Order: sequence, then C-alpha cells, then structure tokens
Amino acid sequence: MSAHVIESKPLVVEHKEEQENYLTAGYTLKSWFLTLDHKRIAILYLLSVTTMFFVGGIFASLMRLELMTPQSDLFEPDNFNKLFTMHGIVMVFFFIIPAVPGVLGNFLLPLMIGAKDVAFPRLNLLSWYVYIVGAAFTMFTIVSGGVDTGWTFYTPYSTSSSQTHVVPVVLGLFITGFSSILTGLNFMVTIHRMRAPGLSWFRLPLMVWSIYATSIIQILGTPVIAVTLMMAALEKVLRIGIFDPNLGGDPVLFQHLFWFYSHPAVYIMIVPGMGVINEVVTCFSRRSIFGYRAIAFANVGFVVFSFVVWGHHMIVAGQSVYSALIFSILSYLVGIFSAIKVFNWTATMYKGSISFDTPMLYVFGFQGLFLIGGLTGLFLAALGFDVHVHDTYFVVAHFHYVMVGGLVMAFLAGIHFWWPKMFGKKYPESIAKFAMILVFAGFNLTFFPQFILGYLGMPRRYASYPDEFQVLNVMSTAGGSVLGLGFLLIAAYMVWSLVFGKKAGMNPWKATGLEWEHTTSPPPTENFYETPIVNEDPYNYANRDFTKDFNKEVKLGA
Amino acid sequence: MSDDHSKHHIVQPTTYATILGALLLFTVLTYYVAFIDLGVLSNFVAMGIAVTKGSLVVLFFMHIFYSTRLLWVVVAGSFGWLGLMLVLTLGDYITRHWDIQHRIFF
Repeated sequence: MSAHVIESKPLVVEHKEEQENYLTAGYTLKSWFLTLDHKRIAILYLLSVTTMFFVGGIFASLMRLELMTPQSDLFEPDNFNKLFTMHGIVMVFFFIIPAVPGVLGNFLLPLMIGAKDVAFPRLNLLSWYVYIVGAAFTMFTIVSGGVDTGWTFYTPYSTSSSQTHVVPVVLGLFITGFSSILTGLNFMVTIHRMRAPGLSWFRLPLMVWSIYATSIIQILGTPVIAVTLMMAALEKVLRIGIFDPNLGGDPVLFQHLFWFYSHPAVYIMIVPGMGVINEVVTCFSRRSIFGYRAIAFANVGFVVFSFVVWGHHMIVAGQSVYSALIFSILSYLVGIFSAIKVFNWTATMYKGSISFDTPMLYVFGFQGLFLIGGLTGLFLAALGFDVHVHDTYFVVAHFHYVMVGGLVMAFLAGIHFWWPKMFGKKYPESIAKFAMILVFAGFNLTFFPQFILGYLGMPRRYASYPDEFQVLNVMSTAGGSVLGLGFLLIAAYMVWSLVFGKKAGMNPWKATGLEWEHTTSPPPTENFYETPIVNEDPYNYANRDFTKDFNKEVKLGA
Repeated sequence: MSDDHSKHHIVQPTTYATILGALLLFTVLTYYVAFIDLGVLSNFVAMGIAVTKGSLVVLFFMHIFYSTRLLWVVVAGSFGWLGLMLVLTLGDYITRHWDIQHRIFF
C-alpha cells in the first residue's frame, strides 16, 4: 500500500477527560439496562460472558476433579454426562461465540470506523436481551435437571433415548441464535454505511474485516442450527420422523445439518480473535501489518471454506467414503488461510521494535498454541489418523488448543489492550504478566497430556478409565487448577484496577487507530468530539513519533 | 456511500395481482402433475415448479427485481450457500452405497 502524508492535527480535548464520558453519563440501573450506547452494551456483554465463563469453568473443574482417579468417585456416570454437556453448552454458546463480537466488537466497531454508534442501536440492545433470555432459559433447565447428550445433541439418542431436558435447552439455544444473527446483521450494516469520511475498505483496521467476516458466517449459518435443533425438538415431542431411523429418519442428516453451522461456528469463535491479534501485534511491534490485503482476503476465505469442511466431523459416522475424502481435502485447504495469517503476523514482527507488554505476551501465547491447535486439526482431517483418534482426548485437546489457546488468548490480549480505553484505567502490569504465565503454563499442563491420552486411546466422555492413564489425568487436573488460578487472578486485578488503577490517558500504548488517536479514554457517549477524517492507511507506525506523549498533548489543548 | 433508501420502486397493485395469479396457477399445476406418472422426472418437475414459485416471491413480493446489484449479490450468495449445503449433503447420500465396482481411486 502506498504511503500517505499525514495531516493529522493534535486532538484538542480541553479537559474532556474530566468531563462526561459514557461511564459517567448515568448511574441508575435504568441508564444501563435501557442504554442504546454500544459501549455500555459491550460492558453488559462483558459481565454476562464473564459470568458464563466462570459457570462453564466450574463445570470443567468438577470434571477434572472427577478424573483425578480412575474410578468414578464424585459423580455417577449419568451425572458426569450432564457435567460435560453443561460445560460444552455454556462455553460454546454463551461464552466463546458471543465473547469477542459481543464485547470487543460492540465496543470497538463504531470507534474504529469513526461512527457514533452501530447502525441499529435498539436492535443491539435487543440482541443482548435475547442472549440473556436464551441464557436464563438454558441455565434454568440445566439447573432443574440438566441434559446429558453432549453439546452436539446427536440423534437418535437426543430425540428418542435421553430422558433429560433436551427440549427446553434446545429452545434456549434457538432463542440465543437470534442474538447472534441480529448482532451480525447490525455489524454488517454498520460497516457498510457508517464509515468515517476517507475510511475506504482497504483503510479499515483488520479487526473490522474480521468482524465483517464473522458477521457473514453468523447470518448464513445460525439459522441452519436453529432450524435443525427445532426439528430435533419436534421429533422428540411430536415423533415426526426426521432423524430417528425408527421413525423413518436419518441420524446422519442431523450431523450434516448440525455441523454445517457448528464447524463455521469455530470460525465465528476464532476469526474475531484473529482480528484482535492484528491490532496488538502491529502496536507492540511498531510496524505496519505485513500483507494487509492477504489477511483481509484470508477472512473472506475463511467465510467460504468454513462452510465446506463440516464432514470431517463425521468421518466415522457412516458418511460415504467419497464424501469423507472430499471433506478431508477441503479441510486441508482451509489451513491455507490460517497459515497466511500466522506467517504475516510473524513477518510483521520481523525487524519490529517489539515490546513485551501483557497484550503482546498473549499474542505470543496465541501464536504458539493456535499453531499446535491448527496443525493437530490437519492430523484430524487425515482420514486414517482420524479413525484412530476419533472421540478420544486427542480431539478434546485439539479443540481446546484452538478455542482456549486461540480464542481465549486473543480475547485476553484484546481485553488487556483495550481495557485502558474502555475504563480509562491501567491494570498492574507485573501482576498481569504473572497471570499470563500462569494461564499459559496451566493451559499447556492441562491439555498437552490429553493429546497423549487420546493417542493412547482414552475415549472422551467417560467418568472412569484404566489405571495406566492416571498419571496423565492427574497432570491435566493439576494444570486445570493453575489455569483456574490464572483466570481468577485476572478477574481480581481487573476489578481492582477499576477502583485503584492509575489513569491511563488517551493513548497509553501509543497505538494508531481512530479509537486511540481521536478520542479520550473512556470515550464520550457520542464517541468523538468531532467526526474524524481518515487520510492514511491503518497501522501507519512508520509515520508516528513515539517520543511524543499523547496524554500530555491532550492536556496542551486545555 | 449513496443513499439507496431514496430510490424505492413502487410496485403497482396489478403486478402483485398477476404474481398472485401465477402462484395460484402453479399450485394447481403442482396438484395435477402429481397424478401423472413421469417416472424419474416427477421430482424434477415438482421441484421446478416450486423453484419457479419461490423465485416469483423473491423477485416481486420481496422487491429484489427492483433492487440494487448489491442486493442481487446478497440473494445469489444466500442461495449459493444453500446450494453448498444441499450439494455436499446429497453427495454423501448419493455415494454412500456405491459398491466397490464404482470406486475410482481405490
């Protein structure tokens, strides 16, 4: 991309930092629960998904506790089934999917494109309420008896044999799906119609491209899972033969329809996380992104290819061997887009002026863990190897490396990066680095042994196992404890920083981007005091004076 | 960015009436075709009528016929996505019971 002459003038804010911002715009419950401000809605999402994360974490802890010993000690096998089902449902549908779009997407999208809000603020609030209703519905049914089908609700077990609360949980997820669809729709319209003057498509921060790609998947995929789950519920209640072979249905059809959404859902989870990595890696390398257009179009590649690889979940499920072959090849192809991104981030860091602040540490963590998660995904796309490790802990380890090692690391990178912008406060950097190390070490200790367990043949979803697997299981549980401590520590110092944290100032990282250079921390309700005009490419660190103190500059204007 | 909202095309009631008439006609046609044994063509004819009816609804009742090219792309993309799901799913069903003689590669 061509270099542009910067005509940026210092933002004259005149003590606006001390003036009203979106956090001080109102203190009543009504001002929060009826807010149309995308930033406040983002905070509502932050509280909601964090709560759900810890709920899902409790289920995970109980599972790991049970798996300390080969016998089933703490839980009956039936209850263990409910435990891993609840962990999966809560984490997938109520944390991972809405985390980055709901929190960071909502907070940042209008700020990054120079808009006052999203295109449909009321629809945005409705999305959060729909999420809450779906979550409450699901949680209530889980608490009142639970469900034991696994988060995949495979038929015919879910529709004919399971005596647990399948229908209410499915209804809860059906409701939650609308939140995802509405958010995606809102973001797409916002990106199309509300960009600041001069902000062309190839001047957009790559985070925005990621959110756009994610929105397409949300809109195209979510209706399919909603209809599929509803068909399963109808079969269970009305005995209509769709998936149950006893009623003339086909259980593999359920898997086709389920994974048509649920594999792209993996990209709903990871693509916005990748968007975060773009922003952080450029800032802390002080370099423009390497291969902007390649990364932007890799997002589009993810959208297309994410929808044509679902059959690799069904290689041993009775699917045609020819289909399995085609899905295997297509699954290898999707790795190209991940590789484009990972290589370009690495090239961005090359000869960069790298600093090791907490968000960047999470980026390093992401790079390594996502690499392992992604490459083991290629193992699983190989037909022969997949037969060997299907439904073992190898698969569990693989997707946790992608989802936790990838998405959660990226989410934490993003939260740490934009926390000063969101709340105007700094968190304690040393403790944050220590927590990152805890999370990284705990994560690897938890999940790496599971690769070995799976390769050795330990199936997932069992409360008991042969004695020879105990050492690796104890290691995994010990790692889970460290990981849990890391997460609790993060929550503790983040809350602490809200009260005791030092003021962050407008741009503590000296980052580029409209949200950093054109508004205060926290931003005012209307986001900008004057509409920004964009006259340069993103990540133009080459043309920035890093000796300049942005925060002093703000005060100079007073 | 142009303001597309100012360019709404107003559809005449006669157009709606004509499309409604066509939809009813195709419904009657579906009914009578069902009584004719067309062999393997039965499904194709039934689906052809259904697709035609669906297209009329999308083009006229949903105003896509009068919309911008961007909306055409959106509609085409959506049906393309549906096609992906159908083709790859049906690919499984069609080839699931192929015996060894049909195998090409191994």
